[in-house]
Amino acid sequence: MTKEEALFNYCLRLGDSSLILGQRMSEWCSNGPIIEEDIALTNIALDLIGQARTMLTYAGQLEGKGRTEDDFAYKRNEREFYNTLLSERPNGHFGDTTIRNFLHSAYYYHLFKVLSNSKDEMIAAHSVKSLKEVTYHLRHSAEWVVRLGDGTEESHQKVQKSFNDLWEYTGDLFEMNKVDELLIKEGIAVDLNDVKKEWLKTINEVLDRATLSKPEDAYMHSGRLNAIHSEYLGHLLAEMQFLPRAYPDAKW
Amino acid sequence: MEDVKKLEEFQAKIDAEIKIEPKDWMPEDYRKHLQRQISQHAHSEVIGMQPEGNWISRAPSLRAKVVLLAKIQDEAGHGQYLYAAAETLGKSRDEYIEELQTEKAKYSSIFNYPTLSWADMGAVGWLVDGAAIVNQVSLQRTSYGPYSRAMVRICKEESFHQRQGYEIIAHMAQGTPEQKEMAQDALNRFWWPSLMMFGPHDSDSPNMGNGVKWKIKRETNDELRQKFIDKTVQQAEVIGLTIPDPDLKWNEEKGHYDFGEIDWDEFWNVVKGNGPCNKQRLQHHIKAHEDGKWVREAANAYAQKQKNKQLVA
Ligand SMILES: [Fe+2]
Ligand SMILES: [Fe+2]
Ligand SMILES: [Fe+2]
Repeated sequence: MTKEEALFNYCLRLGDSSLILGQRMSEWCSNGPIIEEDIALTNIALDLIGQARTMLTYAGQLEGKGRTEDDFAYKRNEREFYNTLLSERPNGHFGDTTIRNFLHSAYYYHLFKVLSNSKDEMIAAHSVKSLKEVTYHLRHSAEWVVRLGDGTEESHQKVQKSFNDLWEYTGDLFEMNKVDELLIKEGIAVDLNDVKKEWLKTINEVLDRATLSKPEDAYMHSGRLNAIHSEYLGHLLAEMQFLPRAYPDAKW
Repeated sequence: MEDVKKLEEFQAKIDAEIKIEPKDWMPEDYRKHLQRQISQHAHSEVIGMQPEGNWISRAPSLRAKVVLLAKIQDEAGHGQYLYAAAETLGKSRDEYIEELQTEKAKYSSIFNYPTLSWADMGAVGWLVDGAAIVNQVSLQRTSYGPYSRAMVRICKEESFHQRQGYEIIAHMAQGTPEQKEMAQDALNRFWWPSLMMFGPHDSDSPNMGNGVKWKIKRETNDELRQKFIDKTVQQAEVIGLTIPDPDLKWNEEKGHYDFGEIDWDEFWNVVKGNGPCNKQRLQHHIKAHEDGKWVREAANAYAQKQKNKQLVA
């Protein structure tokens, strides 16, 4: 594996996670609990899809075969997507979405913080820009975790269950393989074990404020690195990719 | 009588183009008229998110997805300002929403039509936002201050939406034969309902009298409809689409287009709740509202706890 090949895969991981989570967030449009929240959730979707466009475009440049952001988004199958398992979890109720966003944005926050110093200029610039966005996503979701956790008895129980249900998808966020090994040596990628330590601090601190408890570390699913997914992803893609697949000659 | 004097002063202000502000005295009918009109407008912005939201997950490019999402978000923002303007008339957003959900308040009937292809995202922006702009430009001069200011802010974004919608449909009209067919079909389905957005003919519009005298409404339904038709016909020609009205013809003498008769039976049917999507739209709104109940309760409970803590400290 060359450095370019490794970096190509790394960009797909970042781009795909943002894309799939962004697609999920956009499903909230017109379904939020109040208008202000509808706007906030779709704002997050907009940021994430913007991040995906940058990373997928860069992946195309690295690959050098003329593939565009849309070729990557619309013309690949499940087994070619490298998004986090967490990002593809269904929205569920508002508490489920809040917890998923909180876990994911805390991950992105600590990841982009260190990737801002990446030796790859594009990754560094992308991380600096994205860090500003995910700082807001993290603050927004953490505030809701606290409100729901320390709100009513009903909300406390609901959101604690969301947390327990989603926890088993967090191990996948921090797994590494040869791609990471190679890129860490080049000063491009970072050791996700370090990111995990910071991430855990954030999680514990917010859970504490929210009067929620962290689930026991039990079995953790994995899949991201090998493009193995839940069945949910295929349906998400079928819907998202419908038009370019049905009309391959059309430009929109 | 005191009220007669107040009423005279009020009308003098209106005649002098001085805006009425929330704290000013106003006749009860003026207040009611505005509560109804502004809340109906706010509900339309919010319900209008649904037919366009229907295509976000299937937008055919990432750029198109971002543009559509941002557009719908603007509409949510319009709903927000308009509810705020309506609240200055002494009724809360919750009360207005309750009226919507119990069908005491209406929203624009155009949103009771389904969006069936991606071309509809073009048609809605081009025609529906286009018709809304004609109405809203006129409402920038409405006599109630908060409503007028909300319109100024909203109009800028609406013209952007209109251009984006036109761009989508223009692009498709010049695309593959299938795309062109979708574009024409979208125009066919949305043309007449867009004309109905301006409401019944002036001769059949019973509530108009005071609305015009009080300068809430500055131009009549028929005047506004004519403006919309005149500006839209050429836009269709430029991109090679045909407006589905065999009677449409330029009238040199009047300097306007003549057009065919609107199907008012269809109009009243949709107003009465029998449009293709009336039930779906309302159920969707009610479901989101009910699903969000525990969230709003939690936020209130949390805020109350924080307040109590501050009182103790
Ligand atoms: Fe609007
Ligand atoms: Fe509008
Ligand atoms: Fe609009």
